Amino acid sequence: MSRRDPDAPKRLAIIASKGTLDFAYPPFILGSTAAAMGWEVGIFFTFYGLPLLLRNYDPKVSPLGNPAMPLKMPFGPPALRQISWPIPALVEALPGFSLLATSLMEQTFKQKGVPSLLELRQLCIDAGVNLIACQMTMDVFGFKKEDFIPECTVGGAATFLEFAADADVSLFV
Amino acid sequence: MAEVLQPDRVLDCSGLLCPLPVIRTSKAIKEIAIGQVLKVIATDPGAPADMEAWARQTGNELIDAHEENGTYVFFFRRLR
Repeated sequence: MSRRDPDAPKRLAIIASKGTLDFAYPPFILGSTAAAMGWEVGIFFTFYGLPLLLRNYDPKVSPLGNPAMPLKMPFGPPALRQISWPIPALVEALPGFSLLATSLMEQTFKQKGVPSLLELRQLCIDAGVNLIACQMTMDVFGFKKEDFIPECTVGGAATFLEFAADADVSLFV
Repeated sequence: MAEVLQPDRVLDCSGLLCPLPVIRTSKAIKEIAIGQVLKVIATDPGAPADMEAWARQTGNELIDAHEENGTYVFFFRRLR
C-alpha cells in the first residue's frame, strides 16, 4: 500500500551523484524551488554527490574533459567577456587551472545574482528538504557521520526508493 | 488594474536570478495574511514564466503581471 492520499503535496525525488561545482547546482536549485512551491522534496546524495553534504565543502569545477563548458571572463571590457576562450586541454591539465576556472565561475555566478552553493544548501535545509546521505558511500570513502551537516539523514538505496516510489518527479543528476 | 491595487507588502528581487525570486516570493507570501496582496519586482528574464508556475503550484492568485521600465512587476493574492 504505497499510493498516497490524492490531496498530499507533490513530491520530488532527486539523486545527486556528482560533486563538482557545476553539477552540484541543479539538485539544490530544483530542491529549493520545489519546496518553495509547497512540494515535498528528498535528495539522495551518493558517490561523488555525497561530499555536497560535508560541513566544510568547497566544490571545484574543471574544464578538463568538460568540453561544453564556456570559459568566459567575468570582468573586463564587454567584448572580451563575450569570448569563450579556446584553452587547449593540455593547459587545462596544469596545476591550478581548476582553481582558476572555479574562481571564474563563482565570480560570474555572484555577479549575475545566482546564490552560492552553500546558500542554496541552507535554503533547502530551511525549507525542510530531506537530505539523505548514502550510507554505503560513507563507508566506501571513509567518511564519518560527524563529517556531515547535522540536518542530513543517513540512508541507503531502499530508503530513497521508498520515498521515490510515490514521487511525481524523479531525477538523476 | 495594477494602479488601483494597494499591496500589503512589496518584495524587490531586482538583480536576482533563478531560483531566488521564486524562493523569496514563497517566503514573503507566508508573512502576509490570507487575502492580502504581495507585490514582487524582478529583473530575471525567467521570472514571468516561473512566477506563473509558482502561483499555479501553490494555489495563490497571480492578479496581475506586467513590465514596467524594464522590470517585471507581479501582484499576488495569498489564497492559502
